[in-house]
Amino acid sequence: MVTREKFIVQLMKLGNLPAEPENDVVEWRQGADEARDRGGSIKGITLTHQQKIQALEFVKEKMADKLPEEEHPKVAFGWAARDQSGVLSPFKFSRRATGEKDVSFKVLYCGMCHSDLHMIKNEWGNSTYPLVPGHEIVGVVTEVGSKVEKFKVGHKVGVGCMVGSCYSCDNCTNDLENYCSQMILTYSAKYYDGTITYGGYSDIMVADEHFVVRIPDSLPLDATAPLLCAGITVYSPLKYYGLDKPGFHVGVVGLGGLGHMAVKFAKAMGAKVTVISTSPNKKQEAIKRLSADSFLVSRDQDQIQAATGTMDGIIDTVSASHPLLPLTGLLKSHGKLILVGAPEKPFELPAFPLLMGRKVVGGSCIGGMKETQEMVDFAAKHGITSDIEVIPVEYVNTAMERMLKADVRYRFVIDIGNTIKSSI
Amino acid sequence: MAKSSEAQHPQKVFGWAAKDTENGDEDVSIKILYCGVCHSDLHSCRNEWGNAHYPLVPGHEIVGTVTKIGSNVKKFKVGDRVGVGVMVGSCKSCEYCKQDLENYCPKHILTYNSIDNDGTRTYGGYADMIVVDQNFVVHFPDGLPSDAGAPLLCAGITVYSPMKYYGMTEPGKHLGIVGLGGLGHVAVRIAKAFGLKVTVISSSPRKESEAINRLGADAFLVSNDAGKMKGAIGTMDFIIDTVSAVHALAPLLSLLKANGKLITLGLPNKPLELPIFPLVLGRKLVGGSDIGGMKETQEMLDFCAKHNITADVEVIRMDEINTAMDRLANLMSSTGL
Repeated sequence: MVTREKFIVQLMKLGNLPAEPENDVVEWRQGADEARDRGGSIKGITLTHQQKIQALEFVKEKMADKLPEEEHPKVAFGWAARDQSGVLSPFKFSRRATGEKDVSFKVLYCGMCHSDLHMIKNEWGNSTYPLVPGHEIVGVVTEVGSKVEKFKVGHKVGVGCMVGSCYSCDNCTNDLENYCSQMILTYSAKYYDGTITYGGYSDIMVADEHFVVRIPDSLPLDATAPLLCAGITVYSPLKYYGLDKPGFHVGVVGLGGLGHMAVKFAKAMGAKVTVISTSPNKKQEAIKRLSADSFLVSRDQDQIQAATGTMDGIIDTVSASHPLLPLTGLLKSHGKLILVGAPEKPFELPAFPLLMGRKVVGGSCIGGMKETQEMVDFAAKHGITSDIEVIPVEYVNTAMERMLKADVRYRFVIDIGNTIKSSI
Repeated sequence: MAKSSEAQHPQKVFGWAAKDTENGDEDVSIKILYCGVCHSDLHSCRNEWGNAHYPLVPGHEIVGTVTKIGSNVKKFKVGDRVGVGVMVGSCKSCEYCKQDLENYCPKHILTYNSIDNDGTRTYGGYADMIVVDQNFVVHFPDGLPSDAGAPLLCAGITVYSPMKYYGMTEPGKHLGIVGLGGLGHVAVRIAKAFGLKVTVISSSPRKESEAINRLGADAFLVSNDAGKMKGAIGTMDFIIDTVSAVHALAPLLSLLKANGKLITLGLPNKPLELPIFPLVLGRKLVGGSDIGGMKETQEMLDFCAKHNITADVEVIRMDEINTAMDRLANLMSSTGL
């Protein structure tokens, strides 16, 4: 472990005692984290005792930055990735006191989303370490702030991908917080107070009530956790792009965490559902377990040809690069191809099919808070939950490896409540 | 656009007197006065889409007068001024035809280079006359001049239809129009008539004056000016992209607000690169559109007559057509021919 003095010295070595540290708090913080994580001593630099004192004073005065476990008053514990290797390990940190609009809850389960995997390895280039992932968080309320109206101690609640937004832009005022340019992610993002957010692979959670949803008692908590990201990510575009009409034919590309939820929701909305997949061995489960109406192997030209122009919409959950042309061919005129997977490279967009059939290729990203609650209530009404494999938190690194190989039916859910403390 | 006359045999375009089929009961015979030169005519002639059958008579922005009508024709009488656009037939029975969306009928017949119901090839408007089923003929409103109104039959409907379908008719919304050619300049005028704020996005800085002063656009963005483009990020509700050359979509997507729509009308010969992140993170979409149905085409003409919207044209003689095609290919003209 790096001592406080070494930490300061490393800061100075980074060479950047900024002129206006208040404005550079985030860079300081990142620099400080990197310095701390690198550990070790510095060759060739000696500071006098006086200089060390000065640096410490400077830091205390100017920086809001503290070590994670000193930032906030509540002791918290979780598993974090320390660097781009993405390996998760026990991590002590802290959570803020319950503010007047906050809801604090004991985390019982947290779903593992493929985004967690991208983020722990910094695949999108915006990760801050140490990083506690997890944005499919469910638990039981332990404390509510004085101005909280919707929740009480003992309620079953969940938090998804967002914990804050600006509340005042066009998107926020239209219940579209997920499209707010200042939307704050549940983990690895900067909160209003300048501290970094930590996600649900942890024992407790504190969130503004606006970003908390109520989970009806009829839903089992573990199998409900994935609704908070996977569920809303497919529910929202089914509604927005008008694919929720009974009798519509909806295609779902990819049968993983998102895909299997899309099949369930689309069936509940009255659609005929065809699963499109590269794996012929998923046919049995698509039809028997998930009640899809049919199954198409995407690499089988004959099957694809036979299905040309038959679908009103397609929800494409695959994040790996793949050709869009065969998918646009499956659409009827005026059909819509909706992308919810997030690939690293751009796709090739053939223009002719779009024009000749007035087809649309659109995207969608989770959903607003109002719609997320609506989705949870819809799921409760239709008995929709996620197909999950519950794991102890110690298994999380293995689970990440298996997730990379799509070796799970269809979501891992960490049993936080029963296994996190014992892993300290 | 060409004033038609006896057809000739210039180099690339085979001018042809249109086949003189017997006037069927549903048919309208039209003496052609003017025909617009569309970039599609160029693509077809030069077999750029790989489906040309020669001899090929292009032309699908046709204005003329009725000379003869079939026994079932009630909508038109001899002497009426009429227009024919991109289609001359469809199956009339599918779900699209029944919804006045003949342009999406899988069996729709194009005005040229297509096979007609009787098995013969269709020949277009670079000719002195044409015979067309009455359902594919539109009245040309009194207020519209034949020459400057002809391009509306393709360019006009091509931009009007998506503006309606994708909801761009709410006054005050902000529309970006990429490319200031035949489609683009008509789009500016129609968009202004809908009460939209219009920004023209172009790679040619010299088009700014005509965009603002002549066409009434509110603003002009040079697409390769990184600074200006950055300043316009997240400001537009819609973009209509008329450019057919291969070009980057990412900068255009960034100009859209969240939930914005990019509608592409140009037909590049290679696929475009589509970055997914902006679509997903901003719930944006890319859509297409292909001309419009017959009912909507008539509606569009009436709308343009009401708002005095015509195309900016350069009238040419039939024998100047090859030079015109070359100029179009080089995009030397500032707006549509």
